[in-house]
Amino acid sequence: MDERIILRNTDDPLNASIAGYMAHGGYKALEQAVGELTPRDIIDEIKSSGLRGRGGAGFPTGMKWQFASLDPKFPKYLVCNADEGEPGTFKDRPILEHNPHLLIEGMIISAYALQSTRGYIYLRGEYPHAKRVLERAIEEALASGYLGNDILSKHFRFNLTVHSGAGAYICGEETALLDSLEGRRGLPRLKPPFPVNSGLWGKPTIVNNVETFANIPYIVSQGAKAYASIGVKDCPGPKLFSVSGRVNKPGVYELPMGISLREIIYTHCGGIKGGGSLKGVIPGGISTPIIAPENIDCPMDFVHLPKYGSMLGSGAVMVFDDTVCIVRVYERAMKFFEHESCGKCTPCREGTAWMRAILGRIERGDASERDLETLQDVAENVTGKTFCPLGDGAAGVLLAAMKTYREEFEYHIKNKRCKVQ
Amino acid sequence: MPQVTTERLKILRGKIYELMELYPSYQAALLPSFFVAEEIFGFISPEAIGEISNVTGVPAAEIRGVASFYAMYKTKPMGRHIIQLCTNVSCMIEGAYDLVEYLKEKYGLTPGGTTPDGRFSLVIMECIGACGTAPAMILDTDSYENLTKDRLDTLLESYK
Repeated sequence: MDERIILRNTDDPLNASIAGYMAHGGYKALEQAVGELTPRDIIDEIKSSGLRGRGGAGFPTGMKWQFASLDPKFPKYLVCNADEGEPGTFKDRPILEHNPHLLIEGMIISAYALQSTRGYIYLRGEYPHAKRVLERAIEEALASGYLGNDILSKHFRFNLTVHSGAGAYICGEETALLDSLEGRRGLPRLKPPFPVNSGLWGKPTIVNNVETFANIPYIVSQGAKAYASIGVKDCPGPKLFSVSGRVNKPGVYELPMGISLREIIYTHCGGIKGGGSLKGVIPGGISTPIIAPENIDCPMDFVHLPKYGSMLGSGAVMVFDDTVCIVRVYERAMKFFEHESCGKCTPCREGTAWMRAILGRIERGDASERDLETLQDVAENVTGKTFCPLGDGAAGVLLAAMKTYREEFEYHIKNKRCKVQ
Repeated sequence: MPQVTTERLKILRGKIYELMELYPSYQAALLPSFFVAEEIFGFISPEAIGEISNVTGVPAAEIRGVASFYAMYKTKPMGRHIIQLCTNVSCMIEGAYDLVEYLKEKYGLTPGGTTPDGRFSLVIMECIGACGTAPAMILDTDSYENLTKDRLDTLLESYK
């Protein structure tokens, strides 16, 4: 028996088809929801489960749903954010490729609860295989009467379309995603109004992450109480962690919220590759501040990580050992932020380019002592001066790395070479 | 590169009309239309932009603006096969830049460039979600992971 909830039965290759999924009890939760529960019941259940959005911000899902549900405007749009572009993140991929019906069932239940008739899955362009799997799964669900204009003969209508992105990291930010879905350049919008009141085409729109939707069938069928007993208080449920970098067994792991970083690395991922020593860990994707080895006992959830100066983000754990140069990591990371800055806000557009240029000088050994000061100054002037969190993230992670690994940056400047090689 | 013919433009037009049915606004059909244009013409050709503009009513200048915003769209003619190689942090620490070097040595490919025979183009990607099996690439529409120089060689040989 597979104890997992989200990655359940993903080892079974037939699970991606509707027959395989139903053989494992799939679509029972939907039938139960539509047959026995009112939309209000479901929203209350999700609220009392304590489920928090798995996209990175950790906003309570039930609350988001309630805001949208209280808005009288129709139609309401339901959007799945499957644009996981945060470097280090590949946690949604096993759901999309091996458990597509779990996502679809979660979305249909959500649509019923929110009285939405139209849904879109905004899927990143880098997942061509997932696109084929999802499109097939949607067709199967349509043919079985779980999608379409008269779902389970209950006068409930919901249609779903996969909308492919095309390689823009910023479109993972929900308002930029909405602009992109409307056929524009993906630029973040000013909030408020929030998407729950004014999203796609000005209508109430609920945007949730793939993993968030994948939690819904379990909460509906097993109840909020059973769900809340997993994980920690204020942060219940299972969490997917995508682990990469210098560990023996990288991959996606479904573990309870609040598990320590140490357990993830040493118990589940088999420790550091090649027996090297741990140098640092990024806990939630490249936009979350790095954690030093002495702090790896921190619980991995939305509540505790901020106390260690970081964030859970997408749960993308990137492990660095002593063969990895921190300056090089952040030069590459800044190149990424520069490339992905949408250009709307000057501090982010210009700041990321300057930070990348200075980091490049330090990495090559062309920098002077003053460059560290300048770098710090530029980073501090990006922070808090941008529309969306991209600029803040870029500056924040660099400042954290410069604080924890300052000596490594100074070594590069003084000796004009890397300490690692 | 497939030639632009009235027949092909007509196919594109039909597809755009189908896509427009999926959204409450015509403009929303732009992004999926670009993929169709690439499939038919190999890239988003000026004629395709004209056709998309005619059908959706979105000005051609705006269409070019939207297309150029997204890294994956082919706004200029490219090689027959597109190597989309990730060099972001997790791939970098597992040796992605050695592969970039190797492609330069062996095929004369530079990032953003195309081989003289038009067989391959190389695009550097920003994380393709294969960090646990790094380094990785997408070749046309298939993902390949745990790459080494040898494996890359063997794979490329099968794409003529």
